[in-house]
Amino acid sequence: MKKIVFLTTCILINIFAFAQSEKFVKAMEQKIPAVDTMRSTEGLIDLSNAFERIADAEKNQWLPFYYAALTQVSAGYNYADGANGGDVSKIDPIADKAEQLIDKANGLTKENSEILCVKKMIASLRMMADPMNRFMQYGPLAATALAKAKSMNPENPRVYLLEAQDKYFTPEQFGGSKVEAKKLFELSLSKYETFKPESTIHPTWGKAQVNYFLTQPF
Amino acid sequence: MNFLKTSCQILFFLLVCNSASSQIAISGKIVDNKSRPLSGVSIYLKDTYDGATTDSLGRFQFKTFEKAEQTLVASTIGFKPFEQVLNIGAEKIELIISIKEEITELKAVVLSAGTFEASDRKRSTAILSPIDIVTTASANGDITGALKTLPGTQQVGESEGLFVRGGTAAETKIFIDGTLVNNFFYSSVPNIAQFSRFSPFLFKGTVFSTGGYSALYGQALSSALILESIDLPDRSSANINATVLGPGFGIQQLSKNKKSSWGVEYSYTNLAPAFKVIKQRQDYITAPAIHNGSANFRIKTSGGGFVKYYGYFSANKLAFRVNSLDAVGYKDFFKLKNSNNYHNLSWKENLGNGWKMNSGVSYANNADDIHGDLQDQNNQDVVVNGFEFKKFGLEQNGNYFNAKSVFEKNLKGLSALRFGAEYNGSNEKADFKLFNGQVFPNKLNEKIKSIFGESDIYLTNAIAAKIGTRLEHSSVLDKINMAPRISLSYKINTNSQASLAYGVFYQNPERRYLPSVNDLRFTKATHYIAQIQKSVNQRTLRAEIFYKDYDDLIKTSFISNREIATNNNGFGDAKGIELFWRDKKTFKNFDYWLSYSYLDTKRDFLNFPTAIQPSFAGKHTASLVIKNFVLPWKTGFNLAYNYASGRPYYFIKANGTGSEFKDRGYAPDYHNLSFSLNYLPAIGKTNSKTFSVFVLQVSNILNLKQTYGYQYSFDGARREAIVPPSRMFVFLGAFINIGVDRTQDAINNNL
Repeated sequence: MKKIVFLTTCILINIFAFAQSEKFVKAMEQKIPAVDTMRSTEGLIDLSNAFERIADAEKNQWLPFYYAALTQVSAGYNYADGANGGDVSKIDPIADKAEQLIDKANGLTKENSEILCVKKMIASLRMMADPMNRFMQYGPLAATALAKAKSMNPENPRVYLLEAQDKYFTPEQFGGSKVEAKKLFELSLSKYETFKPESTIHPTWGKAQVNYFLTQPF
Repeated sequence: MNFLKTSCQILFFLLVCNSASSQIAISGKIVDNKSRPLSGVSIYLKDTYDGATTDSLGRFQFKTFEKAEQTLVASTIGFKPFEQVLNIGAEKIELIISIKEEITELKAVVLSAGTFEASDRKRSTAILSPIDIVTTASANGDITGALKTLPGTQQVGESEGLFVRGGTAAETKIFIDGTLVNNFFYSSVPNIAQFSRFSPFLFKGTVFSTGGYSALYGQALSSALILESIDLPDRSSANINATVLGPGFGIQQLSKNKKSSWGVEYSYTNLAPAFKVIKQRQDYITAPAIHNGSANFRIKTSGGGFVKYYGYFSANKLAFRVNSLDAVGYKDFFKLKNSNNYHNLSWKENLGNGWKMNSGVSYANNADDIHGDLQDQNNQDVVVNGFEFKKFGLEQNGNYFNAKSVFEKNLKGLSALRFGAEYNGSNEKADFKLFNGQVFPNKLNEKIKSIFGESDIYLTNAIAAKIGTRLEHSSVLDKINMAPRISLSYKINTNSQASLAYGVFYQNPERRYLPSVNDLRFTKATHYIAQIQKSVNQRTLRAEIFYKDYDDLIKTSFISNREIATNNNGFGDAKGIELFWRDKKTFKNFDYWLSYSYLDTKRDFLNFPTAIQPSFAGKHTASLVIKNFVLPWKTGFNLAYNYASGRPYYFIKANGTGSEFKDRGYAPDYHNLSFSLNYLPAIGKTNSKTFSVFVLQVSNILNLKQTYGYQYSFDGARREAIVPPSRMFVFLGAFINIGVDRTQDAINNNL
């Protein structure tokens, strides 16, 4: 009898955990498509908050923290304003928040190519807030993170997407090049074709952006 | 087995049941303490997925299956997290939640009266960054040159230093990493302002206070310039620079773990080639030649603190002659040899529990060997009857030891308590030699011991106060002073703030009047400052009015041709209005600032017969600095215009009981238009290994005649204008920084 009770409890816990994780996966699957489509600051912050809620409730999943950081930093890009810099007082707190979130993600899993991509985006965001004064500090930080992301997983299409965007938006005299950008977007697209995410909730975002850029005049 | 099946069914039933039961709606509004709606706030039930984000009207709505006691959390950037226990029953819930702003450095009011805080990366209201300093056209790459474009400072060109709000240059003291620097400028040369010894690239932070500064600093009646040295370099690199003034080399080595660095630098400056091209008023026998060497190390401690060392050595010499104003037909010969070394060791540490420590020691030695002579038309030394005083020698040697420790305890929010002690010891010798070989020795051994305490009190994000006191004892004067300081700041709205400051400041009489046979006291100034500042979207406007009351200034008299301090009966005051406007936004790629100072000051000190406007203080001063960076050309074009209304000049002669005016007048207004160009071929390239800056700088491009003032012959029979050594000066240089890229190292180390 004791054995049966023990077994039952085990199985119940198991089923319960399965149900829980199914709930988690379902909630994530519901939110993740918006990562690729949401562009407004309010929408991105809302999305980031939603991912953070899931992350806080789950406590040991790195992916919701990762998505919360990603959408947070994407919201920050809306405050940047080209070579003129942006609103430092708005951008810096967002970058700080995104950094907290990605650090939490990184605390739950080994540093990986996807996390490094977000770290690169955060460094770029900080630089864009005040490029004249900050590029010496954050430029190399962003470049290092991206190089490391590439070396950890050369098949990650997002690495080439970020690289391509840098090339696309950087003025030519500063080492930007639309021609090279186009090549990188194409390379990124080919990587998307073969990229297999580990699960339905692992990062797949970015393909839509690549397709958008490839329709732009080069 | 059956049992198991049943269990499973029961569980599934329970789960389905649970999800089938009705959801409860939770809605409401989130506002700040002034009932203004807050958007973007995340509101949710703790440890559940259920929640929402507020819209632009602060409203939120979500549904939940959760029941009974739950914790509702609201959080957003810049606000304290809000938590409330909610009992969820069958009814829908509506709430109005007010959340409190966090007291953060970014949002809080800044204790700023009298202070220009520069290069604080975190604050967008920072007024000048290190890049700003080197790209200010009229600055000549000198820190104090850039500060002279800010309100409160005078355009004094005939001698070095910062003359602030009617004060002398000696009333401004300069601190590096907390400790006093005794010989910040190269040794004085008659009528030629000297440069500061330290490069602006050494410092990441500059706080320039034109009054009302913190109790942490003392022995300065007018102003404190507080410099904070850089931390670790971003990467290892080598520097090479070549300018029309000479070459320089340096290396900076950053350790692999990025926890420490060391560096050495050497530069040699020789103005002979430049003076061949640009004619100088002085006839140089030895053009200024300077050897400069420095070494540094910086170590990041495990507690997040820093140990930093900076050591500097310099040797320079020059000799020139000018037509003598005193002896017509003869020439004045002047020769100077100087050696200086300076060592600064500082330690900043987090002691845990909200405690911080900031300690530093510095040692400096400065030796001057100065000779004066009268020469005839054949440049031969002569001694002429009645002009024997033209031949003299002055040998000075000073040792300076400064130590300071500040402890800081963080209190609630941004509030903090600071206290500590400072020691300034000096041992100086000056032998003055007459034409006949007679030597007047002078020795001074001074120890100033100080203790101080202050507290930053942030009542809310909008109201803050800084209250402090400083206690000093001088061994030479054998007196104690106590100086209270208070400043208050109030944030009117998101973009504006108002501040008030009051403080008492004491300073020893200047070195040259010490030791004195007469009993002297500390000289004293009391500052009253009111400021208002508005900063919107990269535009800053600030206005300041001040009143400064001088007391116990030194009065002098002449005894056998030597100026002797007699008593502390001098006095004076200064009042004025200052405006500063900086705009980085209105014109694309343009950054400009405009400053204006009105100064009304009179003082009776030294040998002045009555209270007068001193010759170092002009009534109106204004500067316009424009910077335009043309991205496609990677070139910055900088223009600076400085204006000062003519300063007064006097010929004061001693008479039986005191002194009297024999002549007086006003010098013409001063105008200076400077231009500089910086070409940065590597800008924007994040993977670039070399970072070079090419600089072209032209001062006084309109080639206007500039007159700083007038000087008189010893008997007052003749006077002549004090003018710059050359009207225009052109500087050309290349600064190349070759980085040792560690990107690959970093990747390999982390894999």
